[in-house]
Amino acid sequence: MLYIKCPYCGWRSQNEFSYGGDASIKRPKLNKEVSDQDWDNFVYNRKSLRGKHWELWQHLSGCRQWIKVERDTATHEIFKTLKADEDISL
Amino acid sequence: MTQNFRLEGVGLINREKKISFKFNGKKYYGYEGDTLASALIANGIHLIGRSFKYHRPRGFFGAGVDEPYAIVQLYRNGETEPNIKSTEQELFEGLEAKSVNCWPSVNFDIGAINNFLKIFLPAGFYYKTFMWPKSFWYKVYEPFIRKAAGLGTASIKHDKERYEHKYEYCDLLIAGSGPAGLASAYAAAKNGARVILAEDKSRFGGTLLTSEVNIGNKSGKEWADGVISELKEMPNVIVKNRSQVFGYYDHNMLVMTERISDHLPKTKKFHPKQKLWYIRAKEVLISSGSIERPIVFGNNDTPGVMLSSAAKEYMKVYGVLVGKNPLIFTNNDSGYETAIEFKKNGIDALILDTRKDPQSEIVEEAKNLGIKIKFSYVVVAAQGYKKVKSADIAKISDDKEQLGKIENIKCDCICVSGFWTPTIHLASQSGNKTKFNEKIDAFVPGISKQNETTLGAANGTYTLDETLKGSFETGHKLSKQITNNDNKVSFPNVVEKKSTVHDKFWCVPLPKGKNYKRFLDFQNDVAVSDIEIALREGYRSIEHVKRYTTLGMATDQGKTSNLNGLQLVSKIENKVVPAVGHTTFRPPYTPVSIGAIVGREVGKHSKPTRKSPMHKWHEKNNAVFVDAGVWLRPRYYKRGDENLFEASKREAKNVRTNVGVCDVTTLGKIDIKGPDAAELLNRVYTNAWLKLPVGKARYGVMLREDGIVMDDGTTTRISENHYHMTTTTAQAANVLSHLEYYLQLVWPELNVNVVSTTEQWAGAAIAGPKSRQLLQKLFTNSDVSNEGLPFMGYMEGDLFGVKARIFRISFSGELAYEINVESDNGNFMWEKIIEVGQEFNIQPYGTEALSTLRIEMGHVAGSELDGRTIPYDNSLEGLLSKKKDFIGKRSLSREAFTVEDRQKVVGVVPLDKKTSIPEGSHLVKDSNAPLPNPKLGYISASCWSVEHDNPFSLAILKDGKNMIGKKLFVMSPLKNKVIPVEIVSSHYVDPKGERVRS
Ligand SMILES: [Zn+2]
Repeated sequence: MLYIKCPYCGWRSQNEFSYGGDASIKRPKLNKEVSDQDWDNFVYNRKSLRGKHWELWQHLSGCRQWIKVERDTATHEIFKTLKADEDISL
Repeated sequence: MTQNFRLEGVGLINREKKISFKFNGKKYYGYEGDTLASALIANGIHLIGRSFKYHRPRGFFGAGVDEPYAIVQLYRNGETEPNIKSTEQELFEGLEAKSVNCWPSVNFDIGAINNFLKIFLPAGFYYKTFMWPKSFWYKVYEPFIRKAAGLGTASIKHDKERYEHKYEYCDLLIAGSGPAGLASAYAAAKNGARVILAEDKSRFGGTLLTSEVNIGNKSGKEWADGVISELKEMPNVIVKNRSQVFGYYDHNMLVMTERISDHLPKTKKFHPKQKLWYIRAKEVLISSGSIERPIVFGNNDTPGVMLSSAAKEYMKVYGVLVGKNPLIFTNNDSGYETAIEFKKNGIDALILDTRKDPQSEIVEEAKNLGIKIKFSYVVVAAQGYKKVKSADIAKISDDKEQLGKIENIKCDCICVSGFWTPTIHLASQSGNKTKFNEKIDAFVPGISKQNETTLGAANGTYTLDETLKGSFETGHKLSKQITNNDNKVSFPNVVEKKSTVHDKFWCVPLPKGKNYKRFLDFQNDVAVSDIEIALREGYRSIEHVKRYTTLGMATDQGKTSNLNGLQLVSKIENKVVPAVGHTTFRPPYTPVSIGAIVGREVGKHSKPTRKSPMHKWHEKNNAVFVDAGVWLRPRYYKRGDENLFEASKREAKNVRTNVGVCDVTTLGKIDIKGPDAAELLNRVYTNAWLKLPVGKARYGVMLREDGIVMDDGTTTRISENHYHMTTTTAQAANVLSHLEYYLQLVWPELNVNVVSTTEQWAGAAIAGPKSRQLLQKLFTNSDVSNEGLPFMGYMEGDLFGVKARIFRISFSGELAYEINVESDNGNFMWEKIIEVGQEFNIQPYGTEALSTLRIEMGHVAGSELDGRTIPYDNSLEGLLSKKKDFIGKRSLSREAFTVEDRQKVVGVVPLDKKTSIPEGSHLVKDSNAPLPNPKLGYISASCWSVEHDNPFSLAILKDGKNMIGKKLFVMSPLKNKVIPVEIVSSHYVDPKGERVRS
């Protein structure tokens, strides 16, 4: 069971969280023209990386905040956790 | 029967307390503190079971967790459990055990014929033999394997025992209470660290219980007892015996089983049988010791052949002799310690040492005691079928290839020592890259991946002095890093006998003309010849060899067999052992009961049960409940001997003619507040929300990004910046997360807060033509006329002094209202509705009637909004705004969603107006078409229409739009039904929706 540092609550076990997918995906802005390809990439296409991966988790049984977690998908090592409004590219 | 092999005055058992037990139906006696194994050996019993494949007689091989043979079926307090190691099972009054894997009895086993057929059962025999013909599999092979295989029988009864889970956090978790565990625990605890010390056995101390050493002028055992009693008194320390740390998982999470009651005749009241501990440790110290390895020789599986360390433990801990004429076969000094222990108890052992001329304190002591030793000697084969009767022995050449003249000597047991293998399972599970240590011919932990350190024998350190020193230091160092304290404990003086190097010899060559089975894996009957076949047939990877031959695969997971298997592969392949590598160590280290894994999450406790505030009333009024997600909801209220069908029909009919009341507390409710609340709704719902006035409700549909309908419900504008959203019971949690996702990650600029209020409000729906009359009598101060409270209107009201919210919304298609009050007032509200409703012939209705009402009304719900349908499929396309964007809108223009003959919800009526249509049935054009018959759609929900008094169903049908009036067939192979049907509009009742507005 992973041990995740919620930026709001501190260290908590994985069973308090739910997984929310790739954190690097940006939703196209509402009311904007989006090509079929771009929309497919947003809705369906994911890289399924082996190695470092920024992903979303929600602290469901805690503060209910969506957080960003940088995790190695092969080793489960967690390098960093960020709040929802913090940028992963920094 | 008397305990002929029990020693006087030796051991740690309690001779004051005699215990009776049964083995294979026969009564025996032992003492408190015995294991089942030690008590049986005390009674001279050495035949305990039959082996897995050849059904060869099986005895005892070890004295603990490494035991490959002595597995029994246990009976305790009316329950039975398979796979119990008799070497681990503590004796209790009334214990009963039976041999496994033998029929009709352990002494005469029909399966032993396999022993004579063994040339037909070589490595991979499962794969080779049972491949063909295919038809033989079910009729011949499977029943044969089922009968022949297995190490016991699982109980099919419900397990009445209670198992618990516990979560714990600590600075240091220490696995094993031998010298390394005790020293490191003591140093760390004294330095203020929070320590958990876990010991698998009932007694603490590990090898200190059996070795002749002196620590700080005390015997090893006295020193261990002193440390343990001091640790037990410390508030920062948890000390647990009968507790096996069996798994090392990610992020320093370890799992341990504590066997709280297995050693008792029955579990005490309010106590669990076992407890599963999930422990998150900052640092883990692995002090799991080492396991003696066998030397491989002919018939080395005969009962009476056992590890020399086990023979010593039976003497020193249990006061039991494993034999009275022992032969000791060793390649190192450990065998001598056992011989010396025999001598102390008046038994003369003969030592066969594979070494030519070893020089050490221990060897010297044995010589001085007059113990007979033959150097450069080996056991070629054990003789005897159900018990060792003699041994064929021979001198071996210096190159260990040639055997001298074979002589036969009498003996009643052969105690084997092939040196020691560190127990590295936990370290390896943690991701540690193990390395091969040439000095001890075994793998030891290498580079750590997680915060773990292996100490003492588990790390290949076999002297007590070094072990204690290293462990004190490590315990201090790690605790200092965590607590910043620097309290050092003084290091005791250690006295131990010095030993010399072992001989790398591990397998006795076969003498000319003999074909003895030389076993590597005792539990799975894997012999040297099996590995040779596997390699001859081209298997190279050790993982493949393992699976092909089953080497190291049984419940003991090769604790005694792995290294010798590797030695053999490396010898044949002409590789060094580290180049062959070992197979992966996976948790659990020892078998864990399913009960412990499940814990208390059994039966009704497998998920929470939520009940509405009106639950007691429903119970009192003969409600029959149904699981709705985690909620319990009344399905119908039984009157007399009504069945489900009759009751739900009555309840639904009463709604259509009079008025009914339904508990709708379970609906998800979300409170939405903030200046941007309307904007949020406008983005997540498909229809327009910006112009909804205060005091009005609106029906909304929510999509996922892929265009699939996620949920539906009504949302009401309570005040300027305050909305009350309802969701379906099933999707309540998902919808909240969905809103939080967009608010936190996608549109953080929106000033809105959302919170679940599902449990804060109790809800009652009153529906039927007389519902307004009832409402007027409930809210005498309010104007609830069609003008005062129009369809989709909202107001607050006073219900006999209780504040209530009144929504004019309808799920049944009738004139209807929903009343919400604070949960604590739920029962008051309900009873008032029932009381005042009497004059209008009110009846409560359950989920079955609710379904009937919505199905015949064509109102889609969970069975249509099933995660596969888009708004069009549900005839909800009128709710799709063309003017604004919303979540999922872009996906609706996908090609598959816009095809002309897209599926759509329709109504289905059987032509005979009688036959009920099973849900899940398929719709086809031609019931006689060859299979696979093209499927046009499926029945999503069925009911008995109370309005038309005939069966009616909803279906999702291809090109549903153009199918109205067509005749099709419903097919249900499951129910073996073919029903001719007519497709009609899904709105079977009040298609214009006049009633809700009346
Ligand atoms: Zn949190």
